[in-house]
Amino acid sequence: MPEIKITPLGAGQDVGRSCILLSVGGKNIMLDCGMHMGFNDERRFPDFTYIAPEGPLTSYIDCVIISHFHLDHCGALPYFTEMVGYTGPVYMTHPTKAIAPILLEDMRKVAVERKGESNFFTSQNIKDCMKKVVAVTLHQSVMVDGQLEIKAYYAGHVLGAAMFWIRVGSQSVVYTGDYNMTPDRHLGAAWIDKCRPDLLISESTYATTIRDSKRCRERDFLKKIHECVDRGGKVLIPVFALGRAQELCILLETYWERMNLKVPVYFAVGLTEKANNYYKMFITWTNQKIRKTFVQRNMFDFKHIKPFDKSYIDNPGAMVVFATPGMLHAGLSLQIFKKWAPNENNMVIMPGFCVVGTVGHKVLNGAKKIEFENRQVVEVKMSVQYMSFSAHADAKGIMQLIQYCEPKNVMLVHGEAAKMEFLKEKIKKEFDLECYMPANGETCVVNTSMTIPLDVSLKLLKAEAQKNNSLPPDPKRPRVMHGVLVMKDNSMCLMDVDDACKEAGINRHLVRFTSTLRMEDPGPASKTAEKLLQLIKTRLKDCHVQLTDGSISVESVLVKVEGSEDEQKNVYVSWDNQDEELGSYILGLLKTMGH
Amino acid sequence: MKLYCLSSDPNRPCYVLRFKEITLMLDCGLSTQTVLNFLPLPLVPSARLNNLQGWMPRDISDPQLEGELKECCNRVFVDSAPEFFPPQPKIIDFSEVDVILISNYLCMLALPFITEGTGFAGVVYATEPTLQIGRLFLEELVQHIEQTPKATLASHWKEHLHVLPAPLRDSQKPRSWRHIYNMRAVNSSLARIQMVGYNEKLDVYGAVSVMAVSSGYCLGSSNWVISSHYEKVAYVSGSSTLTTHPRPMDQTALKNANVLILTGLTQTPTANPDSMLGELCMTVATTLRCGGSVLIPCYPSGVVYDLFECLSSHLENSGMGTTPMFFISPVADTSLAYSNILAEWLSTVKQNKVYLPEEPFPHAGLVRNGRLKHFKHIYTEGFSTDYRQPCVVFCGHPSLRFGDAVHFVELWGSNAQNTIVFTEPDFPYMEALAPFQPLAMKAVHCPIDTSLNFTQANKLIRDLRPGTLVLPESYTLPPVTAPHRIDLVVETDRPIIAFKRDEVLTLPLKRKQGRVEMCPELAEFLLPSEVRTGVSLSTLTGGLQVKDNKHILKVLEEGETKAVSTVGKKRIWLVEDILNKKPRNYTWGSLDIDEFIQKITQEGITDAKGSGLPGWLSSHEVVGLLEDEGSMFLQNVGTTAQ
Repeated sequence: MPEIKITPLGAGQDVGRSCILLSVGGKNIMLDCGMHMGFNDERRFPDFTYIAPEGPLTSYIDCVIISHFHLDHCGALPYFTEMVGYTGPVYMTHPTKAIAPILLEDMRKVAVERKGESNFFTSQNIKDCMKKVVAVTLHQSVMVDGQLEIKAYYAGHVLGAAMFWIRVGSQSVVYTGDYNMTPDRHLGAAWIDKCRPDLLISESTYATTIRDSKRCRERDFLKKIHECVDRGGKVLIPVFALGRAQELCILLETYWERMNLKVPVYFAVGLTEKANNYYKMFITWTNQKIRKTFVQRNMFDFKHIKPFDKSYIDNPGAMVVFATPGMLHAGLSLQIFKKWAPNENNMVIMPGFCVVGTVGHKVLNGAKKIEFENRQVVEVKMSVQYMSFSAHADAKGIMQLIQYCEPKNVMLVHGEAAKMEFLKEKIKKEFDLECYMPANGETCVVNTSMTIPLDVSLKLLKAEAQKNNSLPPDPKRPRVMHGVLVMKDNSMCLMDVDDACKEAGINRHLVRFTSTLRMEDPGPASKTAEKLLQLIKTRLKDCHVQLTDGSISVESVLVKVEGSEDEQKNVYVSWDNQDEELGSYILGLLKTMGH
Repeated sequence: MKLYCLSSDPNRPCYVLRFKEITLMLDCGLSTQTVLNFLPLPLVPSARLNNLQGWMPRDISDPQLEGELKECCNRVFVDSAPEFFPPQPKIIDFSEVDVILISNYLCMLALPFITEGTGFAGVVYATEPTLQIGRLFLEELVQHIEQTPKATLASHWKEHLHVLPAPLRDSQKPRSWRHIYNMRAVNSSLARIQMVGYNEKLDVYGAVSVMAVSSGYCLGSSNWVISSHYEKVAYVSGSSTLTTHPRPMDQTALKNANVLILTGLTQTPTANPDSMLGELCMTVATTLRCGGSVLIPCYPSGVVYDLFECLSSHLENSGMGTTPMFFISPVADTSLAYSNILAEWLSTVKQNKVYLPEEPFPHAGLVRNGRLKHFKHIYTEGFSTDYRQPCVVFCGHPSLRFGDAVHFVELWGSNAQNTIVFTEPDFPYMEALAPFQPLAMKAVHCPIDTSLNFTQANKLIRDLRPGTLVLPESYTLPPVTAPHRIDLVVETDRPIIAFKRDEVLTLPLKRKQGRVEMCPELAEFLLPSEVRTGVSLSTLTGGLQVKDNKHILKVLEEGETKAVSTVGKKRIWLVEDILNKKPRNYTWGSLDIDEFIQKITQEGITDAKGSGLPGWLSSHEVVGLLEDEGSMFLQNVGTTAQ
């Protein structure tokens, strides 16, 4: 049985540091190369020594595929290509290629300049890394080499997010990355065709959640912000510079306009304008509505949202601030949080998932006091709200995707073990599919059935089709294909026996049996033949029975009647040994006539 | 495999390919040459056009013909809304077309004629830029014609063709000419287009797969590869190997095709696009320096982007950086906006700009700093305020029969300081100008056609090495305009099949094999025997499943073989089972007669005797005949039945 092997180096029963090794048909593919935001030590990056204890890894990996620009999916890429030394191809979509280096540089600055880490990749490393990237477009079939084919599908999660279909021979795998099955304010829904992969590797961040309707969540979000600013409070919304931020900005912008609010809204990152420019230029990756109206009005030109300056942190009065990064693990959002947290009038809205170990995760879990590395303790009195705006597929969405692409096996990654367990059972029950959820470092073997491609001579195919078409349609009737398979020079071709012998350069020899029956039937021989013809025809309805020159023929079976007008007739029944069954049957039939 | 040729213009192709019971239409080009026979549609009533002399053939007194024809400088024009000659459903029924493949936005203007009201029920494939920009071309065409409705429509001239002067007399089948479609037809026709990416393999009913590959000619332009497991047809439409703004041409995918269909070569084989571009810049600069204005009739997308880029920098360098450039088209804004969001379809240089992020085309900057101003129409608010001479105006239509260009020719025509520069190669420029004569303004012909010239095409054919080359007949002869240039033909050592409009070709592609997927369970039944070194044979019998034209061979489900009755010791099986029972093996090679007799002796037939080869074997019941080909007949005599 051919198999597919998967070993998650990250994202196995875990969120963060997505990095999955896939072996299929002799090819090794790395799916995502992410970093873990919750760690500051070597656990931050996937353990690449798993691939080979030392030395270059290029010979072990045929290609790296990056699903989208979030750092937990691409954060370790410069480390892998520039420091570990992988020199093979890296594939991602055009928007990912455009945006990923900016986020990487952002993260590098936080790590090196703010936290003073050494032995981190440099700006030049990021640039050199991006040079190795091959940008792909949606649905384009990319041949990595002679056997390995990949194809990207729209995933909707963030701008440029893609799911990847990977094929080697007749085996195929779909890796979803992060995806979203419902369109949001700026992105469309993930889409895939019925590609029937042997294995679907799906994220499962929201494996147990069925999110309420989008509108309710949005109304809730706006109501909370409005209430807070009405009582003079400050609202902090930690976001990543690109992605969710743009959606929430569109939401807030339209609300501010409609309600005619004057409270300042800030977007606290130098990236804003640049980020919005990316959205403008990759507008073909946004949803239908934005694409339709972009000529008249650019959705990413915000009137009410102004750039933030650090000095505003201590400004009195209400305000709303979008600040990066999204999990409160470093940077400006954390700085603002430390200042605003002790005031119960203020509010922090966490619009996305936070990995274990981040301040965001602690706050969400109700921590009232947070201790920092420098022993600083911050009391959290501000109201903490969690709004699930993160564009992941929920349980319903994951089930929907399975239904769309009809995989033969499912694997869950990028989620929490307990939640995965629940979804795994659900998938097994509803789809009757094998479902896997390997932990990090655990190798999972999926057996696949592989079909073998054969060439078939058109003559054989057409003869079968003709025979089938000549009969009344009956889906239950088995269609039989018979021939001789000629195997030479790595090719396999099925043809009829005569062509096969010719192809192989051998002579067939035939053994023909003839049996003579004596039959009492007065009248001319032709009349007897006619009777026999009718008999055979009624018994062999699906066969081509014909009468030529007084002999009845069915396949290679010949029935010939001889004798003068008297009673005694000689009936010769003869057949080739290949039609032994049919010949014997007809002989038997004639013998038992009249019984 | 058959090819139906529905177009006589190799640059506006429309062909139909029939293969494996699939009907594929290759492009929907609309021949627009016919519009040259009509009078221009002016935006404002033109006294000059209104006062043109009516023309009547001598000896004919058909009152209905009166007023249909007008004469201008010894040329006769039809005074009516322009008409087009779409592909005709004569040799093929459009309702039978399964798939239409569009190569680029210039080859889809006949789409509404083919998909609307014809019973067409198939799907249309085109890239995203082809759809988006093609929509602009269609919309512009409809708006240009609809904004100047004609009160009466002429049709009686078609009855008197033989008495009309040339070139009207030589019109091809004017009774089949049609008025332009309306926006409703455009919208419903474009709604049928399914967007595809380059190198996206599309399955057509499981029988063939089609794939668009970059052709380097314009934004989103593609060639098509149509293939099954064994056969490959490459369709090369407008292609370019020059470096302009689109993604470069992908030649690898076109290699080793059984059949290469080649169309869309340059329409101006004697002009070099680069030197023409240089000449254009010079001409414009010279005219502006002398205080004249320049009119450049153009399409709403394509080379015009390169013109903006080159001309603006040339004028900048010539110290005329403040001369206004106007781009006037009902779709100008959309065209400019779209060009800057289609980065994935651009040349690497332009593509890399979006990573900065900067707009890939400099015209975005030109618009921002007011160097290039775009308006929907000349009567759009703001144009009259911004308009000042000298200036450069880009506007449609290159035929000069409709669109804002008509207005500018009328407006500027009498002033010898002004210049009209023809860059689009689709219309003979003197023909385009004919209804405006006499003209004082200078006319300069700088055709910029980036499609393959004959040298490039011949090199392409050498590199691709197709089994057979199929092309329009005109490519095998020197151009009509330059009959002595025998170098301007396609020359190749590959077999050539040339075609003309309305011909049906049988392409030399004989299918010999089909593809069947065998289940591994069935493979376990294989008993290969090596008959020669490296050649193994095995009989194979399987149940065939055919779904969506995909063949799968499985283990034949042998339902419990039930004996329906028994006769003596022999059981009689169900007839179906007998018919499905195929031999497990076949006999081959030469027969050793002694060994054979030995074997049957062991089986209990003790009195068999061989009598040499060929010859008889005989025993008391069986008589066998051995023939020289190694065949043998065994005969059983003496069984009696009543």
